[in-house]
Amino acid sequence: MDGRAIRSALSMMDERGSGEGAGYVAYGAFPEFADYYAIHVFFDAIHETKAAVDQELSKWGTIVHEEEIPTFEQQNIRKIHTPWRYFFQPDARLMPRSTTPEDDIVMHLVMKVNTSIPGALVYASGKNIAIFKASGWPEEVADFYRIQDYKGYIWLGHNRYPTNTPGWWGGAHPFNLLHWSVVHNGEITSYGTNRRYIESYGYRCSMFTDTEVVAYLFDLLVRRHHLAPELAVRALAPPFWDEIDRMPGREAYLNRAIRLTYGPALMNGPFAIVVAKPDAIVGFTDRIKLRPLVTGTMGDRLYISSEEAAIRVMEPEVGDITMPRAGEPVIGRVYT
Amino acid sequence: MSNQWGPDAVMDRVRIDAAGMHYTPLNMAIRAAVAKGAREIEIDHVMGQRFIADGLKGDVRLIIHGVPGGDLGMFMSGPTCIVHGNCDHAPGNTMDSGLIVIHGSAGDAVAHSMRGGKVFVRDSIGYRGGIHMKQYRDKRPILVLGGNFRAFLGEYMAGGLILALGPPPDRPIRERGIGSGIHGGRIIVRGDVDDEYLGVGAQKSPLTREERDEISPLIREFATYFQRDPDVLLDDSYVQIRPSSSRPFASKYTWE
Repeated sequence: MDGRAIRSALSMMDERGSGEGAGYVAYGAFPEFADYYAIHVFFDAIHETKAAVDQELSKWGTIVHEEEIPTFEQQNIRKIHTPWRYFFQPDARLMPRSTTPEDDIVMHLVMKVNTSIPGALVYASGKNIAIFKASGWPEEVADFYRIQDYKGYIWLGHNRYPTNTPGWWGGAHPFNLLHWSVVHNGEITSYGTNRRYIESYGYRCSMFTDTEVVAYLFDLLVRRHHLAPELAVRALAPPFWDEIDRMPGREAYLNRAIRLTYGPALMNGPFAIVVAKPDAIVGFTDRIKLRPLVTGTMGDRLYISSEEAAIRVMEPEVGDITMPRAGEPVIGRVYT
Repeated sequence: MSNQWGPDAVMDRVRIDAAGMHYTPLNMAIRAAVAKGAREIEIDHVMGQRFIADGLKGDVRLIIHGVPGGDLGMFMSGPTCIVHGNCDHAPGNTMDSGLIVIHGSAGDAVAHSMRGGKVFVRDSIGYRGGIHMKQYRDKRPILVLGGNFRAFLGEYMAGGLILALGPPPDRPIRERGIGSGIHGGRIIVRGDVDDEYLGVGAQKSPLTREERDEISPLIREFATYFQRDPDVLLDDSYVQIRPSSSRPFASKYTWE
């Protein structure tokens, strides 16, 4: 699929945004560099800031290819950052004690650049994953990057209405770390607790908004702790205690264990979230359903959206529009 | 907008093609038609347009084909909206009077803060149906639904009536917080509801014969709109959920 369909879907929901941030992610966008980490950076004053990032990357591996991300002038987008992408091969020997040295090197680089090199922000770092985001309306951001020129087997899109923090390029969704991408409608009122928890595992929050903790929590729980996505969602949006008390023995035991182990990962507040990884997407809402989420399927495609009309624009004949229950994940798996 | 007498003629029936149209020009076209005396407006290819018929007054019937966006008929006073498709969030939001009939399902917060009139939904609705419905003197809003409802039905309800005719009695209701924070109005559910699913301040009781008689015209009206057999619904058992006292939350916000 190219990016045209998801652009038309988002344009159904302009009302949900304010023109201060929109973005897209495409999985499978770089077939010619699929084996390398596609590290995306927003540079301010690129002539002054880029050398430091080059140097940091070269310390940990090889830059196989790099390019300025092509953009096309739009009336309402002021190009205050220069978007750049590196295709990077980390040197696994440099992190000998890790079981996933390449991912850990890249995660370290993301955190290092974002906390120590002013004027450079790494906003994507996965393999074969392209992120397109900026301050603007969804249609403008799509045209700015010409997302119709990219093909992907998973697309996420988002239209932002910043409420608690300013709108800026880095604060637009999707948020990405390694193979994870996240789009989110709502507020995570437990952000303080979640942030302290995730930073104790070496993650650093640098985007000035709540959603980035979701990407880091999924990375911790699923990649590093090997939880199934269903159980990760259970940790982030668990059943209420009174519901756990009514469950049969083993199920109650499991749910109690998850809540006790991952208490600081529990997310409060209104949210509807879709998370993608290379082989799956998962959508879920907060436990009392304070944000909308509908799904539909057509053939082997799964659609998840805030509104049914946005799905129907992409797939007019979609037959099975459903509303998942609060806190229950909807998972689409990629089969090959 | 088109009709066989040309755009300026007085017309009873108007047809609007909403394909690719933003909701503002769509609502302007509806209002212009109503101003010229249209009695029936048929709108084709509706796709996600919000706020259709909002604040609309008068004796007019809108027939909507497609999937309207949120807040259909908000503040509407008088008109009828027949929707052939699913609705998004909050159809009937703060509606004053009139009728909405949805041949499909609807999203969260259906009949949100509704003040009068009736909303009929053939299929399921989302979370918080009838949240904060209210009533005053002869204004008494009514929400009737034929499918499932999700948690917090009638949350903070202050007046009016919610009549849930589905799911069928063999499918038990497992939705928490029914009538959570209710302090007025009634929720009547076909079948039974376990106490554990009642919200704070809500109390369950059987229906009296008079109360059953009161809902039978609504059941017949529902059956007429959606070609259902009224007798099956009329013969079934119902339970009602009401505030546990005249002021269940008196001690929560005030000192007496």
